[in-house]
Amino acid sequence: MTGDTSPPDLTRRRLLMAAPLVVAGGAGIAFWRMLSGMRQGSFDPHDIQAPALNRPVPDFALPDQLPGQGFGAADLRALKVPVLVNFFASWCIPCVAEMPQLNALKAKLPIWGIAYKDKPADALGFVRRAGNPYARIASDLAGMTAIDWGVSGVPESFLIGPGGVIRWHSAAALDAATAHDILLPLAASLRA
Amino acid sequence: MTPELGNFALALACCLAAGQAVLPMVGARRRDPRLMALAPALAIGQLLALLYSFACLIDAAINDDFSVQNVAANSSVAKPLLYKITGVWGNHEGSVLLWALILGLCGGAVALFGRDLPSALRARVIAVLGGVSAGFQLFCLTTSNPFDRVWPAPMEGQGMNPLLQDPGLAFHPPILYTGYVGFAVPFAFAVAALIEGRVDASWGRWVRPWAVAAWCFLTCGIALGSWWSYYVLGWGGYWFWDPVENASLIPWLTGTALVHSAIVVEKREALKIWTVLLAIGTFSFSLSGTFLVRSGILNSVHAFANDPARGIFILGLLGLVIGGSLLLFAIRAPQLTAGGVFAPVSREGLLVLNNILLCSICAVVLTGTMYPPFMSLLFGKTISVGKPFFDATAAPMAIPLMAFMGLGPMMPWKRAQLWPVLRRLWWAGALTVLAFAVAAWQVRDLLPLLAATGAVWVIASSATDIVERIRLFRIPLGASWQRARMLPRAALGAALAHAGVGVSVLGLAAMSQAQHRIVEVHVGQTEMLAGDAWTLTEVRAAPGPNYTALIATIEVRHDGRLVTVLHPAKRTFASQNQTTTEVAIHTNLMSDLYGVLGDRHGIGTQATYVLRLHYNPLAPWMWLGGLIMALGGVLSLSDRRMRVGAPRRAATAGLVATS
Repeated sequence: MTGDTSPPDLTRRRLLMAAPLVVAGGAGIAFWRMLSGMRQGSFDPHDIQAPALNRPVPDFALPDQLPGQGFGAADLRALKVPVLVNFFASWCIPCVAEMPQLNALKAKLPIWGIAYKDKPADALGFVRRAGNPYARIASDLAGMTAIDWGVSGVPESFLIGPGGVIRWHSAAALDAATAHDILLPLAASLRA
Repeated sequence: MTPELGNFALALACCLAAGQAVLPMVGARRRDPRLMALAPALAIGQLLALLYSFACLIDAAINDDFSVQNVAANSSVAKPLLYKITGVWGNHEGSVLLWALILGLCGGAVALFGRDLPSALRARVIAVLGGVSAGFQLFCLTTSNPFDRVWPAPMEGQGMNPLLQDPGLAFHPPILYTGYVGFAVPFAFAVAALIEGRVDASWGRWVRPWAVAAWCFLTCGIALGSWWSYYVLGWGGYWFWDPVENASLIPWLTGTALVHSAIVVEKREALKIWTVLLAIGTFSFSLSGTFLVRSGILNSVHAFANDPARGIFILGLLGLVIGGSLLLFAIRAPQLTAGGVFAPVSREGLLVLNNILLCSICAVVLTGTMYPPFMSLLFGKTISVGKPFFDATAAPMAIPLMAFMGLGPMMPWKRAQLWPVLRRLWWAGALTVLAFAVAAWQVRDLLPLLAATGAVWVIASSATDIVERIRLFRIPLGASWQRARMLPRAALGAALAHAGVGVSVLGLAAMSQAQHRIVEVHVGQTEMLAGDAWTLTEVRAAPGPNYTALIATIEVRHDGRLVTVLHPAKRTFASQNQTTTEVAIHTNLMSDLYGVLGDRHGIGTQATYVLRLHYNPLAPWMWLGGLIMALGGVLSLSDRRMRVGAPRRAATAGLVATS
């Protein structure tokens, strides 16, 4: 890179130095599409429609995640009462924030946990720390089950009605208002 | 009436900023001294108007003027005075006004301290700052006005999130924002230099103090934020790779690269184009971080009221600022001529390496942060990227960075030989080997082991640098002292900042060995953790001003000797239906004993309590290191030659190397 640059060299330099603009422009267009998608409701980074809403849970069978016992689609389909299935991970901060809510909820509604892409030892430590809200816990180390369920991230919760049908879905950490105003009334109606 | 005056002052500031953006720029082009002289006057005028506007908002908050929507939504009569004031910037609208105010302060600072800059350059720098200011003030006025009224005015405000009611968080945003916004000044210098088509050693000299000052604030801001999440969230963690945290780390990494590459511009007139790009990039990342957090594109625990309409406005603003500056860069930068050549093994060479590594880490963090929304947009796939990704990718790159950090300051400019430098560092090397041996005996994991070793190397070699410069033990002590007093503060500051990195990394490495236990105990029961006996002696209820608290007493004994008594508590805020945990921390600077009170099970004498006990070795060092880094920056800012007021000598001083 010296002062007396020949024309092809200068062209090369021009291209090189336009690269940041091109990258930034691409990012800008992407962000604009995300924002306009968010306004129209076609793009929502916080929530995706569960593909299986009002349909039976997809097939899966997952191993135990200590201290709980693993479960699969067959267990959920055999259910007679509603159960909340909660995807969590020890590396997920909203999950940390959600735990007190789940612990408050567990007496009114059984909660089954699925540890998403989490080392079993880490997940065990997390559940111990949080005061284990889960009746059963399965380990989805590869994250494949989560994909089938349409999980967008952790924490994510699904209300499973009798017969293993997905009745309700939340892609955000549960808060007290959602639990009391939506989730519990819905669970009560499924029980009746 | 006061809020209207504040609103008016904000509008006035916006008009002044628009004038500040246009008039001096035209003046600099036409070489009209009268128009150029308007720049500082407009910048100071804008700053005064903003200060008045901000004071009006604080006044409304202190006087509980709930007819102001922003105060009604975030304050209440019972809130302590301190939090009424700090609550002003604890929400979206107020924080945007704070942003604008700090930007105004930057413009005012350039107007005041930049008297010795060439008048055309100063006019252009202030004009660029004015343009950015005008954009943000317009954003504040149109989409996020903190002075909006609400009718009918409620009798009582909705109060503040109890988690935010904390002195650490109260002062965190101003410091962090000063860091973010401070990089607007190097950005303005870069844009002004591109307009002029000239980047030389004196440009490097002028831009560096501003970059260092912003970097100091950003460093403090990040450390403070991390400390807050450690002692408030109560999970014993200090960094979660949350998008908001990453949004502050990314400009910090490029800013650190900028602080270093500007030295090369100043001393050797090399890396000019790269430095200009870094200056633009750092501020662009600061801006984008703010935008991403507030638009709702990124999932984060730090919830600001998300609003896509706001997002569109900020995106347009970003397009103008970032797109405009990069367009200018694409047009002008190819014509900038490169300066001094240097051998790969030289101080420049190592600084280039530093830049490459810092930018690689930055690229990794950026990828991890942006991957989820981009995957979702392009392929409709939804994924989340968490701690395992960052631990596996960003951390390993920090190890070579530390290895070179030790060598860099000892290297001569232009062309160097490795061997003499290594020979001067022999005892630092010996200490490092010793540290490795000791650490390998204690620590089984490779990454913390290497990190701790690297940290010792960085600290030892920084000390060697100073020892060598003052020729300690080679010449009489008095003479060494004399040399130490004559030592450029910039060199001392650099050594201190490097040592600060080492201290932080030692803390991080030690924290990977932290131990914790979750126990469920009766009152009177004792549990062991890391050689200490923790006994829960009492749990009592205590009412607070707007909450009820459950306070535990935990006695920690080591070999029967009382170490400390901890009082972790749990507060229930009835009005917000929220509980917060008050962590109890006992520190002796070498380790933290960290106790958290969890749920109560059962009642009366049968009651058991869940306790979370943490033993966190060297935890305070992580933030102490950040403070040392910032102090190093301040020390080098106090160097006479770093001051902006010495440009005349600066033109020649490029030849006078520090060592």
